[in-house]
Amino acid sequence: MSAALHTGPAVHSMWTSAASTTDRFPTPHIEYAQLSPVLIVFGVAMVGVLAEAFVPRRSRYTAQVVLAIVGLAAAFAAVVALAEKGYGTTKAHIAAMGAVAVDGPALFLQGTILLVALVAVFTFAERRLDPMAHGQHVDSFAAQGSAVPGGDQEKAAVRAGFTTTEVFPLLLFAVGGMLIFPAANDLLTLFVALEVFSLPLYILCALARRNRLMSQEAAVKYFLLGAFSSAFLLFGIALLYGYAGSVSYSGISSVIDGTAKITPALADTTGNDALLLIGIAMVTVGLLFKVGAVPFHMWTPDVYQGAPTPVTGFMAAATKVAAFGALLRLLYVVLPGMRWDWRPVMWGVAIATMIAGAVIAVTQTDVKRLLAYSSVAHAGFILAGVIATDKDGVSSVLFYLAAYSFVTLGAFAVVTLVRDAGGEATHLSRWAGLGRRSPLVAAVFAVFLLAFAGIPLTSGFAGKFAVFKAAAQGGAMPLVIVGVISSAIAAFFYIRVIVLMFFSEPKADGPSVAVPSPLTSTAIAVGVAVTLVLGLAPQYFLDLADKAGVFVR
Amino acid sequence: METLIGLLVAAPLLGAGVLLTGGRRFDRTGHLLGTLFALLSFVFGMVLFVNMLGKNADDRALHSHLFTWVPVEGFQAQVGFQLDQLSMTFVLLITGVGTLIHIYSIGYMEHDERRRRFFGYLNLFLAAMLLLVLADNYLLLYAGWEGVGLASYLLIGFWQHKPSAATAAKKAFLVNRVGDMGLSIGIMLMFTTFGSFAFSNVLPRAAQAAGTQHATITGIGFMLLLAACGKSAQVPLQSWLGDAMEGPTPVSALIHAATMVTAGVYLIVRSGAIFNAAPDAQTAVVTVGAVTLLFGAIVGCAKDDIKKALAGSTMSQIGYMIMAAGLGPIGYVFAIMHLVTHGFFKAGLFLGAGSVMHGMNDEVDMRRYGGLRKFMPITFVTFGLGYLAIIGFPGLSGFFSKDKIIEAAYAKGGTEGWILGSAALLGAAITAFYMTRVMLMTFFGEKRWVPDAEGHEPHPHESPKSMTVPMIILAFGSVFAGGLFSINSSFVKWLEPVTGHSEGNSPVSTGTVTAATMVCLVIGVGIAWLMYGRRSVPAVAPRGSLVTRAARRDLLQDDFNHVVLVRGGEHLTRSLVYLDHSLVDGVVNGSAASVGGLSGRLRRLQNGYVRSYAVSMLGGTAVVVAATLLMRAV
Repeated sequence: MSAALHTGPAVHSMWTSAASTTDRFPTPHIEYAQLSPVLIVFGVAMVGVLAEAFVPRRSRYTAQVVLAIVGLAAAFAAVVALAEKGYGTTKAHIAAMGAVAVDGPALFLQGTILLVALVAVFTFAERRLDPMAHGQHVDSFAAQGSAVPGGDQEKAAVRAGFTTTEVFPLLLFAVGGMLIFPAANDLLTLFVALEVFSLPLYILCALARRNRLMSQEAAVKYFLLGAFSSAFLLFGIALLYGYAGSVSYSGISSVIDGTAKITPALADTTGNDALLLIGIAMVTVGLLFKVGAVPFHMWTPDVYQGAPTPVTGFMAAATKVAAFGALLRLLYVVLPGMRWDWRPVMWGVAIATMIAGAVIAVTQTDVKRLLAYSSVAHAGFILAGVIATDKDGVSSVLFYLAAYSFVTLGAFAVVTLVRDAGGEATHLSRWAGLGRRSPLVAAVFAVFLLAFAGIPLTSGFAGKFAVFKAAAQGGAMPLVIVGVISSAIAAFFYIRVIVLMFFSEPKADGPSVAVPSPLTSTAIAVGVAVTLVLGLAPQYFLDLADKAGVFVR
Repeated sequence: METLIGLLVAAPLLGAGVLLTGGRRFDRTGHLLGTLFALLSFVFGMVLFVNMLGKNADDRALHSHLFTWVPVEGFQAQVGFQLDQLSMTFVLLITGVGTLIHIYSIGYMEHDERRRRFFGYLNLFLAAMLLLVLADNYLLLYAGWEGVGLASYLLIGFWQHKPSAATAAKKAFLVNRVGDMGLSIGIMLMFTTFGSFAFSNVLPRAAQAAGTQHATITGIGFMLLLAACGKSAQVPLQSWLGDAMEGPTPVSALIHAATMVTAGVYLIVRSGAIFNAAPDAQTAVVTVGAVTLLFGAIVGCAKDDIKKALAGSTMSQIGYMIMAAGLGPIGYVFAIMHLVTHGFFKAGLFLGAGSVMHGMNDEVDMRRYGGLRKFMPITFVTFGLGYLAIIGFPGLSGFFSKDKIIEAAYAKGGTEGWILGSAALLGAAITAFYMTRVMLMTFFGEKRWVPDAEGHEPHPHESPKSMTVPMIILAFGSVFAGGLFSINSSFVKWLEPVTGHSEGNSPVSTGTVTAATMVCLVIGVGIAWLMYGRRSVPAVAPRGSLVTRAARRDLLQDDFNHVVLVRGGEHLTRSLVYLDHSLVDGVVNGSAASVGGLSGRLRRLQNGYVRSYAVSMLGGTAVVVAATLLMRAV
């Protein structure tokens, strides 16, 4: 991918200046320092691949975990350093020859993604939950991804104590793509970033140690539907290029505003509104698929349920952050002039997403599917903030994403703890009376559920309040009303789980709560801490999001 | 020095935190730690007191601003302390008596498994009470007010395994809610009228606005009075205090006699400027005080339970204070002076009662006591000194403080002055009667002891040192405090810069009042001696007259509450429940059912086939594209 990054701008500048003379082939000019977070992550991912090849099998796990943690922490430090130097505010600009934006929203979201990924590494690395297999500690991932489930090869792999340590480089590649996604400043970079983070996720989804068939089914579904949505996105990009003669965000937006000089060679199509409108619709669809908005949400429950739970947690948190970041930039930088066209449609999508997510979740019986639908409903709430189309809209969405991602990560981490002989016990009936036997775990999960429901003193409330306030100020009162109603519906099923955990009789053969290693405990503790801090004292972080809320154009 | 004010509150708060969250590891040292924190707080108080004495009378007040609690534009709630002579008086009383009672509890609660928790609650109480009297604004005062309410609730119900204790705690909590509601409404009115919570803003502005906003200020006064009635167990919110005696005796001594129940008096004296500007509210205050001082005294006459008799007495004595506080500047100082002396002798009496119970297998019925003076001489002497102080025996504390209140009542002037003065005099006679009755039934006469429920014969014995020493110290206070305060009017001079003071002109001379009080005293003691000293006390209470029977039932207060409030409330609840079931639940369940139905139907779309998902995406895209195009067409 790093190669793609190096050549990407050059290629793209060739495209964007198609009409100019092609005899000059400009030397790409890359601001390495400002792209350092991305470069560090990709660099470490490469090293991870090499480690897979050269480090002896028994020390690979340690090497990979250390590499991933150090790499992500270094990248986060780089993000912080850039923000400190003012790249989020005064020095915000577009780097890599127009391909990548370095500005407040980009840095804020990159920081969030990196922290989420860092915590996710802890859950990925957990090896105490599953019982030992042949004297080896095992994690949530298949012994050998290529082995047929239940076949001889798999048995041999398990017996030999194989583990799929490739998950760590895969995670890093996905993170690298996610870092570029919300910062992408032209449509091609956007598309490449999308693929770069999606492909590792498809693979990760297929790697569950238990229920491997379900896991593989989920991966195939995710892949097929993801490819389908990518096709829409790419088609939309083609149409927009046809409309504007450019794939860069500023180029398209200047054509929309009518300030661009139209190149004679493209005069036939340039400014054709049909191309523009269909293009917008299709690109938006591609992004709405990634955020899991109705009616493009149908992959979420199946994939969330089938994927290994640590992957689900990472995917649910980080993908949403990256995809909403890209959607924000597209709508705020490229299409602000078109807001009267896309807003009504987005209204419809937001309303459908909030209602459908909350309503369908009511009858779910599997805790992972329940959380999947809850994530759909949350996508609707965030969309309400996106639609506000002002600075408050941006900062409220940024805050919501930061708050939501840690709650999600923590909630899925708790799910990994509740186990019976068949692995994780995700059926809700199995959770009955959990609060009686494991009050701490149940209480922590209750905190996350209350945050999902948006109860005051949790981050969920602060976030929801911020997006609804932004939406109301942006004139979207009906959206706020629908949002509040669906929050009420959603509160029902969150509270029902709490009631189930604390006020039902525990079952005699109920699941037990595994004692995790410090890794998962840390992940959960971070989740709880962020949830409570953002709920009790949100002001500092709201200010931070507010400061970061301006896109560079 | 300012920092020390914060530490004053922080020490017991830290103690409560450590003891209540520290768990079992503090089981063995918890009581000592708790006592240490109380003592520490007392030491800080003494340092501040000495420092204050070194200053001029007019600039003794200390202010310490800690932080802004709620920093919202137009609503600035501050956390800050104000330590002036009035607060200082309370600080010394609370920490001093508090420390003594902590020490006493070490012995009294020795065999209780949950002793650590008990000391944690006591520390919590001290912190909240100090917060209440040190706050420099009404909102923070309210926090302390609720804090002492919580501590009181926890401690009344400390022996929660006894249903009677649990019920009593609940009753105290509920009745106090009514008063607390008054305080919160009062504070809201203050904020809307004066735009601030701080004493330094509200009180001067209230004095200025006396002419223009008379009705509002009167309203605030009534609300503050309601609050005081709840916390200080004044008619009509007095019903909880008798039942509150279910708590351990040290609690009754500290919270339900010496300190918390006097918070109402503090509130009224602190808000003096408001009451001065609202004469109607002042009339209500004196009326409440006068009625309660008689009410409590009458109840105290009929009770056979030693603690409940003392509780009636507490109610009555606080009635005196409230009445004095309602008299305005002629009474404020004496209200506080009586409050302090009462703190000494009533705490001493309760500790004495606790000591008696300790020796008598926790028996509380005075008809089963008798002749105890030989068996517990220290308790007898300290209790006796407290007794002489409360009835106003010449030279002892109560004599000085109560006389001053009676004088001030006459000095109010007019018919009002005559009525109040006479009520106070009558109260003094009844006080002498019921206290003599308690004294005679407990320590004199023949033994009427009976074995307890498990058949143990009582073996009365003197209590351990940890219990007798605090009693002795408090007895010193009961004897000397009043005289010390009166020499050269030292207490008046001490408080005057804060509360203001005026002599008034009494229609009767001081000598006449003192003589009349003495006559009342002799009559009260005499009747009691005739009834309980000369004759033997029957082991089973005689049926008694209609008044006696009513007084035994707290003058039918509970019956009144039951008929008017409980029945009425039940009817209201029943109709609301009906409405809730038929109307609200109908709507709620209906919508829940429809959401559930919709959910089930939508769920079927999620059939697991990737092809149908793809179709839905395609359909969705078509709709989005069409809608986007349509928007332009419209």
